[in-house]
Amino acid sequence: MKTDKSYIQGIGVSLGTAIGKAFVLKKNNAALIGKSLETKEEITIEIEKFDVAVKSSVAEIETIKNYILPTSTPEAAEILETQIELLQDPEIRECVLQKINEEKKSANDALLETIHSFVELFKNMNDEYMSARSADVQDIGNRILKNLNHSTEKESIKFEPGSIIIADDIPPSDILSIDLSQIAGIATCNGSKTSHASIIAKSKNIPAVAGCGNDLLQINNADTIILDGIKGYVIINPDENIITEYTKLKDNYIKKRMMLQSLKDVAPITTDGRQIKLTANISNSDDLDVMFENGGEGVGLFRTELLFMNRDSFPTEEEQFDFYKKVALKSKNKPVIIRTIDIGGDKQVSYFGLPMEQNPFLGYRAIRICLDRKDIFIAQLKAILRASIFGNLKIMFPMIANAQELRAAKEILTEAKNELIKSNIKFDEKIQVGIMIEIPAAAIAADILAKEADFFSIGTNDLIQYTLAVDRMNDKIKDLYDPFNPAVLRLIQNSIEQAHKHNIHVGMCGEMASDPLATLLLLGMGLDEFSMSAASIPDVKNCIITNSFANASAITKKVMEIDDSKKIITYLKEIIS
Amino acid sequence: MITKDYVILAAEGMHARPATALVKLTKKFKSSFSLKKDEKIIKLNSMLNILSMGAKGGETISVIIEGEDELLASEALDEFFNEQLKNL
Repeated sequence: MKTDKSYIQGIGVSLGTAIGKAFVLKKNNAALIGKSLETKEEITIEIEKFDVAVKSSVAEIETIKNYILPTSTPEAAEILETQIELLQDPEIRECVLQKINEEKKSANDALLETIHSFVELFKNMNDEYMSARSADVQDIGNRILKNLNHSTEKESIKFEPGSIIIADDIPPSDILSIDLSQIAGIATCNGSKTSHASIIAKSKNIPAVAGCGNDLLQINNADTIILDGIKGYVIINPDENIITEYTKLKDNYIKKRMMLQSLKDVAPITTDGRQIKLTANISNSDDLDVMFENGGEGVGLFRTELLFMNRDSFPTEEEQFDFYKKVALKSKNKPVIIRTIDIGGDKQVSYFGLPMEQNPFLGYRAIRICLDRKDIFIAQLKAILRASIFGNLKIMFPMIANAQELRAAKEILTEAKNELIKSNIKFDEKIQVGIMIEIPAAAIAADILAKEADFFSIGTNDLIQYTLAVDRMNDKIKDLYDPFNPAVLRLIQNSIEQAHKHNIHVGMCGEMASDPLATLLLLGMGLDEFSMSAASIPDVKNCIITNSFANASAITKKVMEIDDSKKIITYLKEIIS
Repeated sequence: MITKDYVILAAEGMHARPATALVKLTKKFKSSFSLKKDEKIIKLNSMLNILSMGAKGGETISVIIEGEDELLASEALDEFFNEQLKNL
C-alpha cells in the first residue's frame, strides 16, 4: 500500500538510528459488563476475585523480574518494583472495594472505573513526568483485569529479529517481557521522554521515537521503516537513497557510542595509578544529562552568564536561586563549581549600562564590575549560598589579578553569609571559594593567591590572549593565539606547582583541557582536574587511562626544554600517534 | 507522635523511584506514617497518593510518624531523606 504520509515527526526519546521491518503491536480493549450485584455472596465473591487477580498479577511481575534480573539494568528492576507497589496500592483497593460494596458493581467494572479515574488524574497533572505515569497506572490496571477475566493468553510476543515495534503505547511490563535484544527500534503514537518504555529503550540503547500521533497507525506489518531517534523521525517505506544514507549514519553512530559506552564507567586513572578528575563545563541544568552520559564526575565550570544575557533587566535573587538550585539538585551530590558573573569583554549585556570601551577585554568586566556594584554581586552570592544546601557547590571568582581583589570578594561573600544567618536561612557554611587563573598576573603571583584560595581553575582562553597580547577574535593574527607557546606553558606550570605547594586543588576549564594533544603535557605538569564540554570527556579519558603519570612527567620535562611551539606541537603529535 | 520536615533533595521530586523506595521503607515499621505538603495530608502507604501529591525537588514536606517504633522509624526516614534520596 502506498502511504500518503511517509515522514512522521515524533519526539526522539532514545538516540540512534534503526532500519527494519515493522511489527505492529495490537492492544485489546476492556469493556464494562454493566451487571449489578444482588446478594451478599456475590459481593464477597467479587472482592475475592479482585484480590486473587492482584495476587496473580504480582506473581507475574515477580516472574518477569526474576527472569530478566541477571541481565537487566537497574532501571528495569526498579520499574518492576514500582509496578509491584502500584498493583498492591491500598488506594486502588479501597476504591474498588467501595464500588463493589456500595455501588454493587462487578470487580471488572469497579476496577475499570477506578483505573480510569486515576489515569485521568495523572494525565491532567501539569507536569510531563506525572502525566507519563498515567501509562503505568493503565498498565497495572490492564494486568489485573486480564487476570480477573481468567484470560490465559500467552504473553510472549513473537516477531522477526531486527523488527521495529510499532504500537499505540508500550506498557512497562510489556516492554520488559519482550526480548529486547531482538528489536531494532520502537515507535509509539503516545508516550514521552519520561515514559517507562522510553527509559528502558534508552538504557538498552534501542533507538526510539515516541509521541508520533495517530499517523503511525497507517503502518502495516513488514513495511520497511527508518527510525531516527536523534531527530525524532519515522520514515515509512523509504527509497534506496534514503536507506543508504541512513545506513551510513547508523554505522557512524554505533561506532561512536561503543567508544563512549566502553569508557563511561571507567575511572580516569593512569596506568601507574594517578587519579584524575574529568568534569564538564555547563551553562544550565540540562547540560548535566550530557555530563553524566559521557562519564563526567561533576562540573568544573558552571557559567552563570546565561541567566543574565538575552533579557532586559537583572534576574532577581529568587530567579537566580531557582536556576542554581536546579543544577545543585540534579548533580547527584557531585561537585559543581559556580563561576560568578563574567559579563563584559565579549559578553555585553545592555541593562548593566556598561559604557563603550576602547579595550573591553582590558576594561570593566567580571569581578571588577562585581566589586564595584556590590548590590549585583551580593544578590548572586546569596542565591548561590541558598542553593548550596541542595548539593555540593563551590564558588569561583573570575578575572582575579591580585590578592586584594580576592580578599575584597571574600569580604562581600562574608557579608552575604551574615545576611542569611540574620534571616535564619541555611547554607553550606564550609563552601569552598576558588579563583580563575586567567590573567598572567595571577599565574605569576600564584604563590600569593594560593594562600587565600581553596582551589584554582586555569582559564586558558583568556590566559593565552592576555599573555600573548593576541585578540582571539581577530582573524589576521589568529595564528599567534597559541596554547603551546612556551610562555603560556610556563605560566600554567607555575600555577599548578604553586597550588600543590600550598595543598590546594588545581583544575583547568579552558579549551586546552579538551585538546588530546595537550592532555599528557598537562597531566605531567600535575593538573588535578580537566573540565571541558562533556562530549570531549571520552577522548581525554582514553588518553589518561592508556598512559602512565611517569611517562607524562617525562614528556612535560622534554616539552619545557623546547623553545619553539611548532616543535612542541610536532613532538606531541608524534607521541600520541 | 513525631513530626519532621524534610527538603526533597531529588531533582525530579517524589517520582516513582523515590516513592517506591519510601513505601517499601515504611512497610518495615509498625508505626503509621502520613505525609503533609501545604494543607494536604495523605497516608504514606500508597504510591498513588505520594505521586498525586506532586511534591517537587526543593520543596519541603512534613512526615508524621505514630506508633511504638516511631523513634527508630524517624531515624530511618532521616537517612532516607537526607542521604539516599539524592542518589535515587
